[in-house]
Amino acid sequence: MGIDLPLIWAVIIIFGIMMYVVMDGFDLGIGMLFPFIKDDRDRDVMMNTVAPVWDGNETWLVLGGAALFGAFPLAYAVVLSALYLPLMLMLVGLIFRGVAFEFRFKAKADKRHIWDKAFIGGSLAATFFQGVALGAFIEGFKVVDRSYAGGSLDWLSPFSLFCGVGLVVAYTLLGCTWLIMKTEGKLQEQMHNLARPLALVLLAVTGIVSLWTPLAHPDIATRWFSLPNLFWFLPVPILVLVTLYGLLKAVARNAHYTPFLLTLVLIFLGYSGLGISLWPNIIPPSISIWDAAAPPQSQGFMLVGTLFIIPFILGYTFWSYYVFRGKVTHEDGYH
Amino acid sequence: MFGLEALDLARIQFAFTVSFHILFPAITIGLASYLAVLEGLWLKTHNSVYRDLYHFWSKIFAVNFGMGVVSGLVMAYQFGTNWSRFSDFAGAVTGPLLTYEVLTAFFLEAGFLGVMLFGWNRVGRGLHFFSTLMVALGTLVSTFWILASNSWMQTPQGYEIIDGRVIPVDWLAVIFNPSFPYRLAHMATAAFVATAFFVGASAAWHLLRGRDNPAIRKMLSMAMWMALIVAPVQAVIGDFHGLNTLKHQPVKIAAIEGHWENVGDEPTPLILFGIPDMKAETTHFKLEIPALGSLILTHSLDKQVPAMKEFAPEDRPNSTVVFWSFRIMVGLGMLMIAVGLWSVWLRLRGRLYNSRPFLYLTLWMGPSGLIAVLAGWFTTEVGRQPWVVYGLMRTADGASNHSYTQLGVTLVMFVVVYFTLFGAGLGYMMRLVRKGPKTDEGKEVSSGGPGQQRTPARPLSAAGDDNHDGESLSLNKGN
Repeated sequence: MGIDLPLIWAVIIIFGIMMYVVMDGFDLGIGMLFPFIKDDRDRDVMMNTVAPVWDGNETWLVLGGAALFGAFPLAYAVVLSALYLPLMLMLVGLIFRGVAFEFRFKAKADKRHIWDKAFIGGSLAATFFQGVALGAFIEGFKVVDRSYAGGSLDWLSPFSLFCGVGLVVAYTLLGCTWLIMKTEGKLQEQMHNLARPLALVLLAVTGIVSLWTPLAHPDIATRWFSLPNLFWFLPVPILVLVTLYGLLKAVARNAHYTPFLLTLVLIFLGYSGLGISLWPNIIPPSISIWDAAAPPQSQGFMLVGTLFIIPFILGYTFWSYYVFRGKVTHEDGYH
Repeated sequence: MFGLEALDLARIQFAFTVSFHILFPAITIGLASYLAVLEGLWLKTHNSVYRDLYHFWSKIFAVNFGMGVVSGLVMAYQFGTNWSRFSDFAGAVTGPLLTYEVLTAFFLEAGFLGVMLFGWNRVGRGLHFFSTLMVALGTLVSTFWILASNSWMQTPQGYEIIDGRVIPVDWLAVIFNPSFPYRLAHMATAAFVATAFFVGASAAWHLLRGRDNPAIRKMLSMAMWMALIVAPVQAVIGDFHGLNTLKHQPVKIAAIEGHWENVGDEPTPLILFGIPDMKAETTHFKLEIPALGSLILTHSLDKQVPAMKEFAPEDRPNSTVVFWSFRIMVGLGMLMIAVGLWSVWLRLRGRLYNSRPFLYLTLWMGPSGLIAVLAGWFTTEVGRQPWVVYGLMRTADGASNHSYTQLGVTLVMFVVVYFTLFGAGLGYMMRLVRKGPKTDEGKEVSSGGPGQQRTPARPLSAAGDDNHDGESLSLNKGN
């Protein structure tokens, strides 16, 4: 056997979604932190910390969709039509959030509050329904004859709704620690105060999801708790606890950068746990990446360009963050 | 409800979201290149009019771009959510093309947009210009890929069908399919023309209100040069595109012409106006010019154009729609050419900036390019029906099996959200247009900000600019 193209594509898509979760995660988190900050000028600062980069961050989500379409068309077709309603609601949320970036600074003072609400509501809805979609994904889909065969509300379950809440907490913590890194003064202090309770809530939510998932899905339980798997996977929950401890200590000593970096580690660990639970299925519970793969002519054609282009993308994305590095202050004009 | 089935709702939903979406990229493509030209001219000539116009249009660009991004995100997911059987059938071809669009275009635009919009005082002039160029390049690369994908659905080649699914065998043949070069040229040019008329109308609005300054004049002048040169070029490209369609999708041409049957050996007439009737298989109230159809479409006076009745009824697109959408597009195109010609006539007489009838016409023609873009897309897409991939998969076989209720609810949601949000966005764009270009924007030194080691943008240029201001004023008066 030559190159395992489906495997490589699964890794690329997992990487792309990871990039999305990390980067748009803090953007969306900032939206959900808006209600905690009343001062209009502080809200300006919060938005300005991500205004130059949010569009690039969201592009990783487009990449996730497009690469799934090209590399695993069956999964794209089945999963997206099964998750029709939550994805449409997520997209509407992202629309409100996206336009708020531009409209808020263009609106007259008395109309601004409308776009503040659009920003909050849009960020919240997008995150929540992303989480719901993720939960429904873990629960799996009924497929008959290469088509989704379940109902239009199959995605709605206590588990998926709880995953929605879980993602809201996770992104909010990301946004909070991002702002600790990017701001100063009163705003930063407020974020410092929020970080600790948010981290503890995230611990509780992660714990519940981690127990609920194997309890409700015997396959996933076997994956984790049979020997020798348990020894291989045990580092994941242990590292989660260590990282959280480090995060709380870093917040306590008023660190600027460490909380954000450790939150990224947390998100990465949670994401790995998810991967362990589902691998190698791309349409849970039983269709694997090899079953759903596009022909090698398609995956090969995409791979040549992708491997060449992604380093450039990472290069100029990094450069853009570098140009807008450092603290954002009240004096930074937007337009 | 209203005699519509779930499939109709799915089609209406896609048509609605994609029609709204295309308006933003059309302006984005045009404005990005316009901004690159403005910044290039500013760097070359140091005439501050170009810099002021750059700042003015980049704000409008930002609002428009944001709306394009969010409405485009919906499109990237809608293929799977609403057209899952099509996605499974043709994903091996259209998916990789879309992936290349994301990788080579969307990231490029998004990656450099931040610096383009917010980095004027943060990076050197060269780097900033480079960022603008990369954004403009991104918009064009994006046009390339998405039109390759659309054109493949119109004129598929370079594939095999194995197990009921498309397998690409020759990517060059897939991308450079027969209709692609024409469609790409036609759409990219359409974006430039639409933007030129939008810019021209903005200038006309200010001039009609007596706000006459070098920047406004420069806007009108540049827009009218575009109208004069590019609108006729577009007509020629359109003619070639039509001939290409005649070769590969003759029934689409028959539907566009409302042409039902050929009589004997007579050359085909051109129906100027009429009402094609799909049930009665005829065009009512037609006003026709003998032999002109043959002349335009075959460039001869004896060859016939294929007619609707030569094709099975279930393979015919809706002639009523495409007959009229095509005429709207062509009619607007003619008007645009006329505006271009009028502008050069006025320019030669030195009255370009103060002929009120001309300025009013230019103002009203502001949305003409966008309407023509929509009309053109309706022609080509409705004309592709009943196929989603021409000759390979019928639209009815490509849909997801969503319920009527589910599609109805989401359709209403999209209609409400799009009209409210994009309506507000359009309002903000118009407000920015009404404010007009400000002099010397971006010249002030930034009052600190993130990153202490910021690169000073343009330390010594301020004094020189003022001189150029004076020059440009007098130069423009001479026009």
